[in-house]
Amino acid sequence: MVIVNIIVTVLLAAGIFFFLVGSIGLLRFPDFYTRLHATGKCDTLGGGLVILGAIIYHFFQYPETLLVPAKLAFLVFFIFIANPTATHAIMKAAYKTGVKPWRLGEERR
Amino acid sequence: MAVFWILLSGIFDAFHVISGLVCCSIVSVISHDLLVKGKSERKLAKLLRLLMYLPWELWQIVLANIDVAYRVLHPKMPIDPLVIEFETTLRGEFSLLTLANSITLTPGTITILVDPERGKFWVHAIAKEPADALLVDQTMQRKVAHVFMETAVETRTLYPERTGDL
Repeated sequence: MVIVNIIVTVLLAAGIFFFLVGSIGLLRFPDFYTRLHATGKCDTLGGGLVILGAIIYHFFQYPETLLVPAKLAFLVFFIFIANPTATHAIMKAAYKTGVKPWRLGEERR
Repeated sequence: MAVFWILLSGIFDAFHVISGLVCCSIVSVISHDLLVKGKSERKLAKLLRLLMYLPWELWQIVLANIDVAYRVLHPKMPIDPLVIEFETTLRGEFSLLTLANSITLTPGTITILVDPERGKFWVHAIAKEPADALLVDQTMQRKVAHVFMETAVETRTLYPERTGDL
């Protein structure tokens, strides 16, 4: 059980690290499109890793109920499809409305 | 074939007969590409190739996030965004969807627009290296074309000054 605890802790820590990186990117990047890069990619993987840690922990802690890990795996699959689609939809809306992309050397927007 | 199997086993109750029928129908659906002449869509082969493509894509997701983490946490923040445009010869709805999702999930690029009739993609890249990986190497387009058994790609770049107009 100790090795399972270590693996789950590492997965949760990695997931939280990616969420933190996404939030720092949200503050640091100079433009709407680049901020979308940071949050859209990092939130996807961070959420996926946290839920993967939950799946592994639940699978070893309560081996009778296999339904909960199955539902969580479905959730991970859904996140990996819905997050990029939502990111793309937001970026498409901004492009059609006319938000200009930032070039190197300009000031922050 | 089912009758032959029933005769061999010698058990005639309902469970075995019905399970034999079910197995026969599943096998015939899967292998009907071989039996029936004509334009076959080969859905099973495409599904298997899609399942083999998924681990590569998961690895690209991890690489993408490590790349974003590097760019965010670096003191000089090395980004140089540009919008690129390219054409592919993929026309199927599902293959364009897979390519757009993969572009959004791989390091440094996000799909902005897709034109399904001409197979055009407008993509926002966060620096020159991911843009080159998409334009010059064309690894992802070739892999998606391999999954859906369509032909390969051609590209051209939109000059960065022309961003903002469609």
